[in-house]
Formats: sequence, C-alpha cells, structure tokens
Amino acid sequence: MGVVEVFGMITLSPRSNISFSLTLLTPIIAIFFTLVMALIIFSFLGYDPLKSLYYFFIAPVSRPDQVAALAVKACPLILIASGLVFCYRSNIWNIGAEGQLVFGAIFSGWLALNFLESNSFLLLPCMMLVAILGGMFWALIPAILKIRFNTNEILVSLMLTYVASLFIDFLVRGPWRDPMSFGFPLTPTYSDAALIDRVYIPFVGYIGQLHYGVFVALIVSVILWFVLMKMLPGFKIRVTGESPSAAIFAGFNPSYVTVMVMCISGGTAGLAGMIEVSANIGQLQPNISFGYGFTAIIVAFLARLNPLAAIPAGLIVALAELGGDSVQISMGMPKVVTGVFKGLLLLSLLAGETFNRYHIKFDFKKGNK
Amino acid sequence: MPHTEVLLSGENITKIFGDFKANDNVNFSISKGEIHALLGENGAGKSTFVKIIYGLLKPDSGNVIWKNEIIEINGPKHARELGIGMVFQHFSLFEALTVLENISLALPEKNQSDDLEKRIKEISNEYGLQIDPRSRVFNLSVGEQQRVEIIRCLLQNPELLIMDEPTSVLTPQEISKLFEVLEKLSKSGCSILFITHKLEEVRSLTSRATILRRGKNVSTVETKDHTAKSFSQMMVGHEINTNKYKKNKIENENVLKINNLSRPAQNQFSVELKDINLSVRGGEILGIAGIAGNGQGELMEALTGEYLSNEADKILFNGFDISNFKPNDRRKLGISFIPEERIGHATVSSFNLSENFYLTDYINDNSSNYGIINNSFNYENASNIVNEYDVRVPHNNPLASSLSGGNLQKFIVGREISRKPKLLVASQPTWGVDVGAALEIRSQIIKIAEQGAIVIIISQDLDEIFLLSDLISVIYNGNLSKQFNKEKVNLEKIGLLMGGSS
Repeated sequence: MGVVEVFGMITLSPRSNISFSLTLLTPIIAIFFTLVMALIIFSFLGYDPLKSLYYFFIAPVSRPDQVAALAVKACPLILIASGLVFCYRSNIWNIGAEGQLVFGAIFSGWLALNFLESNSFLLLPCMMLVAILGGMFWALIPAILKIRFNTNEILVSLMLTYVASLFIDFLVRGPWRDPMSFGFPLTPTYSDAALIDRVYIPFVGYIGQLHYGVFVALIVSVILWFVLMKMLPGFKIRVTGESPSAAIFAGFNPSYVTVMVMCISGGTAGLAGMIEVSANIGQLQPNISFGYGFTAIIVAFLARLNPLAAIPAGLIVALAELGGDSVQISMGMPKVVTGVFKGLLLLSLLAGETFNRYHIKFDFKKGNK
Repeated sequence: MPHTEVLLSGENITKIFGDFKANDNVNFSISKGEIHALLGENGAGKSTFVKIIYGLLKPDSGNVIWKNEIIEINGPKHARELGIGMVFQHFSLFEALTVLENISLALPEKNQSDDLEKRIKEISNEYGLQIDPRSRVFNLSVGEQQRVEIIRCLLQNPELLIMDEPTSVLTPQEISKLFEVLEKLSKSGCSILFITHKLEEVRSLTSRATILRRGKNVSTVETKDHTAKSFSQMMVGHEINTNKYKKNKIENENVLKINNLSRPAQNQFSVELKDINLSVRGGEILGIAGIAGNGQGELMEALTGEYLSNEADKILFNGFDISNFKPNDRRKLGISFIPEERIGHATVSSFNLSENFYLTDYINDNSSNYGIINNSFNYENASNIVNEYDVRVPHNNPLASSLSGGNLQKFIVGREISRKPKLLVASQPTWGVDVGAALEIRSQIIKIAEQGAIVIIISQDLDEIFLLSDLISVIYNGNLSKQFNKEKVNLEKIGLLMGGSS
C-alpha cells in the first residue's frame, strides 16, 4: 500500500494531501536548518560562528552594488536552470549545459567578430538569436544520438562539454586571436553595439555591475514557466516525465519531446553564454564561465523543477558562492566551505521534500527482535 | 460438523494505514482440514488480513492464535516455519529457470536434498499436479505455473495454505482441476484459506465463508445455506441488480475491419501476433476472451496506435485505412480507448482530474487556444464526468492518485464515453473494480453500443465476456479465433479455446 518500513521501527507512509503552505514552508525550514548546521561546522572549524555567518550571508549583500553583483552572478544560473527544468521534468538528463553555454558564446562571438565596426542596434538581438541556435546545436547532438542510437545523454552531453571548452580554447589561441593581443589567448574586443549595457537610472546612476541581461533572464524564466505549466508543449513534457506510457497513449512522440527539451535547455544555456560575454567580459577568452552550467543543475532542483522558483533559487546559490568568496577573503576559510554549504543546502532540501510527502511514524515498541 | 479443532484464528485484528482502517476488529477462525472462503469486494481488507496472517504486516491491535497459542508472526519465513504457506495472485517464479531450479531456490536449507526432483514427482502424483520438473517456466501455461507455486508450498508440509484469488487467471477446465487438488489436500488434513470474489466458486468448493466489507467482518456463514445472490448482498451491503443486461441490437454502417494483422514479438517474453482478422459492425459488442499473456496487451497496442506496423490496409475503420494513425489521430476519427492500466497509462497519477481529462482531449479545439490550455473548459468537463458517472471524489478536482481504483475507472470510462465515440476499445474495463462500479461501467458500455458504436472488449473475465458480447472470439498465443455468435457457443467451448485446444 505504498508504505515503506525501515527496520520495522520507522515507517514512511505517503500523505493523502500535500498542503500548499507546507510546500512553501519546506524550503524555508531547509534553509534555516542549513544555517544551523553551518553555524555548528564553523564553530568546530575554530571560527567565530556569528562572525562567519555575517561574512557569509550579510556582508556580500550589504551595499546596493553588492546586491547588483549578486543579481549578475545569479543571472546565468536562473537562465540555465529554467531551461534544465524542462529536461529533468521529462526524464532527460542533460548535464552538458556548460558546453552549450560555450557554444552560445562561440556562435554569438562569430557574429560580433564579423561586425567589429558595426553600430547597428540589430547586432545585439541577432547575437542573442544565434547564441540560442548555438546552444541548441550543441544540445541536439546528444538528443539525436539518443533517438537514433539510444546512447546515454548524460555521458554524451557531459563529454561534449569538454569538447566545447577545448574548441573555444583552439579558436581564441588560433584563428580568432587578436593580432594585437601580445600573444594572450584573446579575441579582439567587441564593438559597443555587441555589448550589453549596464542599467542606468536617471538621478541615481549605475547600480554596480547590474546589466540588462538580468532582466532577460527574469523574462525568460517567466515565459518558460508559462510554457511548462499552462501550454500544451509543457503538458507533453510533464506527462512524458511522469509516466511515459501515458504519454504514448495520449499520442505524444517521445523523440519529439526529447528534441524539444534539449533545444530549450540548450537555447537558454547558449543565451546565458552570450550574456556573460557581452555583459561582463567583452571578448572571447578560454574561460568564459565559472561552471554555471553545472551549478545550474543544483539551482534547478532547489527550485523543485519550477522555472519561476529558479529565480529565488538562483539568488540563494549565487549568495552561497559570493559568501564563500567573502569568508575566504575576510576570515581565511578554506575554499571547500562553499562546496560543503551547497551540499548541505541540497541535502536538507531533499530531506525536507521527503518530510513534506510522507508521514513518518516511529514505533519502537514493535521493533524486530 | 467435522471441523472441531481450530487451527488458526484472528481476534479483533485491526490494521490502520494513515487514517484508513484497512481491518477493523476482524474476527476469523479456520479449522483443521477446512476449506474456508474469504469473500469481499476489492478494498474490503482481504489482502491486508492474509498479509497479517502470513507475517507480511503487523496488526496494530488484536491477536493471531495458532493452535491455541497467541503468537506474533515476524515475517513470511516465520509463517512458513509454523506451517503456513501462501500462493500469491502474481507468481514469483523466474521465467528463464526450470521448475526444479525455481523450487530449489525458494526452499530453506533444511528442506534441500538431492532427491528434490523425486519428491516433486511424488507430490505431483499424489495430488494430481502434473508437472515436468525439468521444463522451463516460460514454456508453462499460467495454470501450470500455479501448480509450481502450490508444489513449492506443499514441499514444506504446510498445515494452512492461503490462496489469493487463484482462479482469476485460469480457464474453466483448469479451475475444476484446481478444485480437485484442493479437495484432496483438505482430505489429507491441510486447511485452505481461499480468497475470491467469485461467488459460484465459494458455493462449489468451500464449507464456510467469512465476508468482509470495508475492513469489518459482516459474518461467517455455512456456504450451503446461501446463494450467490445472498453472498453478493452481504459483500456490497445492499441489494444489487443482478438482472442480465438486455441490449437492443441496432446495426448501422459503422464497421471496423482488421486484415491479417501481424506483429513480431518485441522481446522473448512478449507474444507474437499472427494474422489477426476481425470485423465488427456498429451496435455490436465483440468480446475477446483469453488468459493473461496471450497477446491481449500486444493487440491492444495495435488497436490504439501505440504500436504501428508500417503496413497499409491492416486496420480499416469505415473503409478508411487507419493502420498508421497514431492514438491522437485515431481519436480525431471518433475512436476511444480504455487501456488496462488505470494509473500510469490511462491517467497520470500526480495530475488532477482536469489535467487527466485534457490528456486524451487535447486534440479538441476547445480544450486549448493557440497551445494555451483552457483550464476552465477542462475543469468543467472533468466535473461533468464526475457528476454524470458518479465518481466519488474526496474534494473538487482531486489528483488521480487520490481516487480508489473503481472510482478512477469510472472517471476514465466517463472520459472516453462522453466523447461519444463511434468505436470503443476497452481492455479489462472492470478489472479490480467493486461490484457496484462494475455494474455501472458495463451498463455504460451497453448504452453506447445501443447508440450505434462499435465496441471491442478485451477481458479475462469470462462472465463479463458472456454478459456483454454479441460476438465472442478467443485470443490464444497470439492467434485470434474466429468470431462466434454468443447464442451459438457455450462456456466449455470458449474455455477449451482459451486453453489452446480447438
């Protein structure tokens, strides 16, 4: 009857109705639990726990420009995670968003480098479009191999990430290198028309590094939420993930769904790559991402596979990254603390999810003898 | 009565899952050598009760008394050591291994011996359970596989044998053979607890019956004093209309023809369909009988379009070649399907009813505009189905998973019939559904046939086949027999065809 007995003492039985308020409360409790655990760990490591918490969570967001930096950091995470949600909802395990991001940057970079003298306002939208196509192209390879030869998309998409990063490395050291770069592996700097502006508010000025790409990420995430939850293509994806045989019974083509979700997640990753370069770097270089394509996997699950929830989830993970940097600089904590913190957060969220779905009953009196 | 010495009894057994009382103060006793029926609708608590006796579940309160001693059964292994054996409805045999290997694997160390093959033969001769210990299980019929399970239990010299719905997968001939075996066993002193919801069997085999309803026991009665009708009243709790369905025959121009449809086996355990031919006209109900695993699933997939043969002119609907139409394209032509699996195939369990309505209605122009799902339209239609087909729901628009099997099936039948199909294909439409719901579902099916639809019912329940059909054919090992007129064929003939002889 769906009851799991563990050691005859602890039983998990599914809740008959899962309350909405509890669903909202669970991540908050999980984050609180993570903070408590972090406090304990910090004090065991010999650091002043309250001071550590301050440097981890408060210091990185104590000034407007720092909040802006947080949003900039979260931007690619939100974008990529909103797309990855589609894959994971349909049981397609694309973990190569990092490579798709790089290909978005390469495709849009090709356009930018061909129009170095251009000042057309069309250049930026065109770059966004080809970036999406670039990410899709790189994501379609594992999709088509899966459909045609039943290969494992986890392996193929992951391995293609390394191909992508070696390819961009080759481009910026070889054919696309700026002759004026004194031997550094860099392309020429993009023209201004190929760069994304920082947000300027009259009478206030610029807010740190906040750029318009952040708004693109927010809009894309809302649109994708609408497509997933309110439209037929999203419905097909959800049915395919929940029960493949119901999807076939309804007449949905699983190959079509695979192609669709890989295109969506590849496209958002490609767009994220273009925004990173055009807003923050200004030219192509061997490394254009801080592993955003991998971190976004955590964001997608933190958001419980909901594109809209990817916004707060992306901010939280970005804060964990910035906080990790901050405690490294001001308190000399080891770099792995960030990783430990992210791990703790994911673990308590997944545990919270279990408590949300199941009743837990302790029964010591009738244990096995 | 010869049953004097009580072998096992349960006193005030209560088992609660969440806030649902699966067993509520159940009392029961079985004597030595008695064949005792445990009767009840689906969800009445029969399975919970036998799982408690077999040690798979622990009661929340109440006692199990074995040979006048209160005991606590710690698990199936403990139950077997005490002398309680059980044959499950779904067999636990390795298909690729031989009978001997399967039996040897399941026996505890102390019962292992080199002369196991000889002992299997002795037991099979003693009780008439004909089986070759060297044959591989996937070559055996379902009835033979059941014999392996029974022999496996008997090798451990049980004093109580529990059989969970043993006849649901057997042909009429196999059932009477099984009953002979059970009677022999009971004469040799073994008690048998026989779980069923088929009422005639209770009368022909058992001496006493305990009836459960919604977790409580209604009564324990001598079976000779009762009729099938009075049993069904005790099971359901009120009088039910057991009148035979009457169907007016209205034939019209609708026609479904299948010509020499073949389908290779997809893997070593699936069945190859060989030259299937059929022809049904509007207003007719074709019942396809057969024992599970003879190609029903494969045939259903070919009918729904989940499997496409890529050949032309195999399936003709009103003269129109739909052989290579996918399920949604077939639905557009007015064809509806009710697959066997309710959860995960006909519905998505984690979706609510309006989303599950949309699942087979998205081809309808009203259910979405420009790809945006029209929630209010789907909600309204789902609610109409709930009202019209008497689906009992815990609250408005619940998740499919929160409905009981019978209610979910009523929803699915309602969803497919409310589209007023010209052709309805239903596989096991009342399987695992309680008596009341089954009655309603069957009368709905009759109704759309009377309105001129072609109906095909694939069912393992022979009573259902004879109750509903105008035409009957039998599927055996991927072959479909010719179509018999119901008036011109009897149960015995169909039973023989189901067993593979003609």
